[in-house]
Amino acid sequence: MSSCFCSLFDELNDLVVYFHTMMPFNEGEGTSIHGMTVFILACFVGYYVVWKVTPALHAPLMSVTNAISSVIIVGAILAAAQNIYGFSRICGFIAILLASVNIFGGFIVTHRMLNMFRKNR
Amino acid sequence: MTIDILYLIAAVCFIFALRGLSSPQSAFYGNCCGIAGIVLSCVATYIFLDISGIIFTLVAMAIGAGIGIYIAGKVSMTALPQMVAGFHSLVGLAAVLVAFAAYFAPGLFHLIGAYGICKFSLIEMGLGSAIGAITFSGAVVAFLKLEGLYKGTAIPAYANALLLSLLMCMLTYFVATNSATAFVILTIFSFLFGITLIAPIGGADMPVIVSMLNSYSGWAAAGIGFTLHSDLLIITGAIVGTSGAILGYIMCKSMNRSLLNVILAGGQCGAQASANALSKSKAYKNGSAEDIAFLLKNAESVIIVPGYGMATSQAQHALKEMSAILKKEGIKIRYAIHPVAGRMPGHMNVLLAEANVPYEDVCELDEINRDFASCDVAYVIGANDVTNPAAKHDTSSSIYGMQILEVEKAKAVVFLKRSMGTGYAGVDNELFYAPNTMMLLGDAKKTTEEVIKELQNVV
Repeated sequence: MSSCFCSLFDELNDLVVYFHTMMPFNEGEGTSIHGMTVFILACFVGYYVVWKVTPALHAPLMSVTNAISSVIIVGAILAAAQNIYGFSRICGFIAILLASVNIFGGFIVTHRMLNMFRKNR
Repeated sequence: MTIDILYLIAAVCFIFALRGLSSPQSAFYGNCCGIAGIVLSCVATYIFLDISGIIFTLVAMAIGAGIGIYIAGKVSMTALPQMVAGFHSLVGLAAVLVAFAAYFAPGLFHLIGAYGICKFSLIEMGLGSAIGAITFSGAVVAFLKLEGLYKGTAIPAYANALLLSLLMCMLTYFVATNSATAFVILTIFSFLFGITLIAPIGGADMPVIVSMLNSYSGWAAAGIGFTLHSDLLIITGAIVGTSGAILGYIMCKSMNRSLLNVILAGGQCGAQASANALSKSKAYKNGSAEDIAFLLKNAESVIIVPGYGMATSQAQHALKEMSAILKKEGIKIRYAIHPVAGRMPGHMNVLLAEANVPYEDVCELDEINRDFASCDVAYVIGANDVTNPAAKHDTSSSIYGMQILEVEKAKAVVFLKRSMGTGYAGVDNELFYAPNTMMLLGDAKKTTEEVIKELQNVV
């Protein structure tokens, strides 16, 4: 039984060594693990927060999440603000345009909807 | 350092934005928090940029803002699902563009290691771009479907599986070779996959699809967050992703189906003809506005069940007027909302709120379902599938197992419908032919207004 585990362990070890030779782990590894940590914790936060949302407000929830997911505008701004004119910069420009349609549109529609709920109290 | 702290505050703002939605009172502040978060993250990004770059980005932002403000100001609450689907597609496309920008200018985002772009970044980039592309084309298809411009095509599940495996191969190849061509082909495959994934799904499943796309747009943002090593994007993407997934799950649960079942149910489009033929032969009782006014006036408690028919005919204002008259008579009026009524989660609630229906009168499925037995009139307005008793006993029905509003238990049922055709899911409703059911055919707004007129005459 123990020898079985030992050989399994050896194989795993070989696999890890193999991956290390395949990928340059020394760079990027730390940030990816860090990113994964943040990601999974944020999933839990999202889970608990969203279950608290009252079903009557599910439509505003959709439009507000839609608006805040446009925070990728941050990446687009970095790409568009570089001083070399090139493909990346154009991509960034269009991405900003699309994301800001979303940001302004999303928040305004949410606002309109919430106003309807507010005046009825 | 300062930037990271600002980003952190922005992320917290986004969490508060969602937290605020737990009640209508706090929701307004929640929305303000969301706006603050976006402003903060843009400002933080601008800190170290030079002025010419900032102006360039502001131009793009101004154009986008103009379009966004125009659309948001103009859209009617009925067309909300289409608009949300359209907006999801924009997030998807923006994610693709950012991934491309990062791939062709990796230095800008500090992605270059000793061996060129490091492998992890390639995986993240590939995934971000692929999910973004799927979101984009999927949301465009959903938009066309909701607008009624496209009916849907049956696509066998194996075609999707094939495309998905091709996509995986392409992703692996891209990561292994770091070839730009592979990146482009990967993205094109993803666009195609988005289309084939959404095209076969239709009918009553549309609300689930809208929320799944909401979820995808979140995952796309998170994917880009991994690429750019931005915690803010990862957090926001993860929260949006889970939010959409939960909404989808809630709706699937109320339809008694699994998420997988909805996504893979490609072949549904054909099985509707037989149900259509069936409905022609049976007799139903056609009520007049006068009969219904009489029925309502002599009731003690009335439950109104709105569905998508109310949205298309814009009948919510007429409904509110009708319930105001009945309330003056001392009749108890409530609204029963099924989780999948309408074409996106919470759609009916927004429409009723638009017509100034008090928040307390609007009840969810679980709150109100047992009250149907004690209510005198169930006033069903353009809701077919969510009231169909076939869901309880007809195992061959495509809606079998779905939780329904039990309007059949009410002493009298009034159905407002455009015609005797079947509902969005293409299933006939036996309730139309029940002895205590009265049908009022025609545009729901006009027929409700006729009922109001009769009510005013009698009162």
